[in-house]
Amino acid sequence: MGALLEIDNLQTHFFTSGGTVKAVDGVSYDVNAGETVAVVGESGSGKSVTALSILRLIPKPPGEIVGGEIRFQGKNLAFCSEDEIREIRGRDISMIFQEPMTSLNPVLSIGMQLTEPMIAHMGMSEAEARERAVKLLEMVGINEPRRRVDQYPHHLSGGMRQRVMIAMSLACEPKLIIADEPTTALDVTIQAQILELMKNLTRDLGVAMIIITHNLGVVARYADRVNVMYAGRIVETGVASDIYHRPRHPYTLALLKSVPRMDRPRQAKLDPVDGQPPDLTRLDGGCSFRPRCKFAIDKCAESFPPLEEMGGQHYSACFRSKESLAEIEL
Amino acid sequence: MNEAQAQAGSDYGSQFRGQVSNETLITVKGLKMHFPITEGVLVPRKVADVKAVDGVDFFIRKGETLGLVGESGCGKTTTGRCILRLEDPTAGEILYDGKDICQLNNKELIDVRKKIQVIFQDPYSSLNPRMKIGDIIGEPLKVHGIIPDEAKRRERIGYLLGRCGLHPDFADRYPHEMSGGQRQRVGIARALAMEPEFIICDEAVSALDVSIQAQVINLLEELRDEFKLTYLFISHDLSVVRHICHRVAVMYLGHMVELADCDELFDHPMHPYSQALLNAVPIPDPDLEKTRAHTIIKGEIPSPINPPPGCVFHPRCPLAVDSCKKNIPDFREVRPGHWVACTEV
Ligand SMILES: Nc1ncnc2c1ncn2[C@@H]1O[C@H](COP(=O)(O)OP(=O)(O)OP(=O)(O)O)[C@@H](O)[C@H]1O
Ligand SMILES: Nc1ncnc2c1ncn2[C@@H]1O[C@H](COP(=O)(O)OP(=O)(O)OP(=O)(O)O)[C@@H](O)[C@H]1O
Ligand code: SF4
Ligand code: SF4
Ligand SMILES: [Mg+2]
Ligand SMILES: [Mg+2]
Repeated sequence: MGALLEIDNLQTHFFTSGGTVKAVDGVSYDVNAGETVAVVGESGSGKSVTALSILRLIPKPPGEIVGGEIRFQGKNLAFCSEDEIREIRGRDISMIFQEPMTSLNPVLSIGMQLTEPMIAHMGMSEAEARERAVKLLEMVGINEPRRRVDQYPHHLSGGMRQRVMIAMSLACEPKLIIADEPTTALDVTIQAQILELMKNLTRDLGVAMIIITHNLGVVARYADRVNVMYAGRIVETGVASDIYHRPRHPYTLALLKSVPRMDRPRQAKLDPVDGQPPDLTRLDGGCSFRPRCKFAIDKCAESFPPLEEMGGQHYSACFRSKESLAEIEL
Repeated sequence: MNEAQAQAGSDYGSQFRGQVSNETLITVKGLKMHFPITEGVLVPRKVADVKAVDGVDFFIRKGETLGLVGESGCGKTTTGRCILRLEDPTAGEILYDGKDICQLNNKELIDVRKKIQVIFQDPYSSLNPRMKIGDIIGEPLKVHGIIPDEAKRRERIGYLLGRCGLHPDFADRYPHEMSGGQRQRVGIARALAMEPEFIICDEAVSALDVSIQAQVINLLEELRDEFKLTYLFISHDLSVVRHICHRVAVMYLGHMVELADCDELFDHPMHPYSQALLNAVPIPDPDLEKTRAHTIIKGEIPSPINPPPGCVFHPRCPLAVDSCKKNIPDFREVRPGHWVACTEV
């Protein structure tokens, strides 16, 4: 049996007055049932656009999926009908968005928004759906759930809205949850509560999850596999322990080194990835990390390095990945 | 907190960052901020209070960075807003350089406000989208008549941008033409424009990408040392707090539950809530995380409208005893400089 989701050479571009933004430029990855795959990377590297492409939520114009396939249970989502994709969105794949306020409907009560898909897709009665809505709110740690179901999004704090989004994503027992920065707005105790909850769901119900996050601690704890994105491509991919302990791409190295860590002595100074993220309308044919890369050589300007196998399921897209990056200690 | 962490922390123990003086810059005593909840449209009447901040005491020394951490909704931002006098506290004193800023007249308040600046979390919404970056930074300089001369003001704006790692040409751009990290730098440049003594950083780096976050944290530290700034650093990212702060205060439901030197707090948290909080932080090491148990705090966050009696943490506290339901624990100094509000430690 193939993977639950197979993304194959996906290309999603935005045609803007400033030029073509190659937001996603040849991304491939699989997600198996019950597996949690993390996507990390620079802001603007195409993590959200990849996720939105899966659900065909790219605004057109200016955006368009210009190439590649997205197969979900064998069906190519990139080119199926509007009706088919709507059914999949409501039921099989749910998404937790980065900005909860823009994705909750401000004029509908929390209860309405939670129950509507359960009534439409799971054939529940209104009363059943309402009961389940209260349960879901309680599950994600919302106090006084019975009172909250009748409130509106503006009555809730940012963290609470995010938890409502998570409750909504669980409502129809999906096969795949795409969580885009699901816990960024939350404090650590609630983050831990929710992530443990989601982890249990993936384990017990075999739900697969794609988690997009900047939090490398969260990735370490919850992800089976990690994709590292930079400038619209995956530059390194592998199981979590390979990525964290044996990173082969200079961007991954720099990323791991830039975070302050509670399990290490405090550093006098943090070690950021210097420079600014690239302008995606002005990428040349060479490696896009080149302007910020400490290891760049002439060859890096000539062509984009392909993903190469580093052993096992570990791949890295760098001309120097096979050399020893010995001076870097992790 | 596991052993490796404790070990790592204690190695560092005595290292000192920046110049902290013995002088106190800010003292907050018995601060309370209750927001009334009203019902009825024509004749609103008060039906309850949101006890956002309910008796908080702390001080900050000159040059010091005090971290303020705690669950969402525990009153961190409200505490900061009271110091900025964006709220009128229900009770308590806020002494700035010895003067209670709740008692100041308008002119005195304007003077103090110049010395206190704030950097907000959201670089997207805290900048006026219709103003050019240069005007955003220069406006307070113009309004307060600090640099009335246009050319001199531009020069100063250019300097501030440069100091925050942005090209002076950014003065002519609009916020939407910049990245999140760049906008956050603009927020910092704007705060610095008034040459403040004290900056409240309210989730100032939380919205940033980790690699850019490290750049901005380094910048905040450099500026602290260069301009002898004092920070109140509000954040839910405990690894960042540990990196940047001298002392850390932990709040829970409007109360201060623990306050200690940074290393002391991270190595030897005493309050059951602080312990749970630190334990919940995932470490960026998959092998370590596979074997590490998380003690998840059970139960829902109580509402600040109806806070639990006695110790506010008792419904979720693993150590709670019967008396915790009735007696409000004192915030007491259990070791020199280490304060805890719990009867059972
Ligand atoms: N509607 C749009 N029009 C033009 N460009 C867009 C649009 N939406 C996204 N982009 C561009 O596509 C690129 C990828 O954006 P994306 O939102 O996927 O980044 P991301 O990796 O999710 O970043 P972050 O971590 O900040 O959320 C960015 O350069 C962005 O500016
Ligand atoms: N103007 C207001 N009117 C009524 N309630 C308020 C007001 N401002 C804040 N609150 C309430 O006061 C409590 C404390 O809020 P505050 O914003 O200080 O929390 P916080 O610790 O900063 O949380 P977060 O980490 O989510 O930013 C919350 O319950 C909030 O809903
Ligand atoms: S290919 Fe060259 S520029 Fe790109 S990451 Fe590798 S060494 Fe750096
Ligand atoms: S006083 Fe009691 S309930 Fe409160 S933290 Fe201490 S043990 Fe827990
Ligand atoms: Mg995104
Ligand atoms: Mg806040």
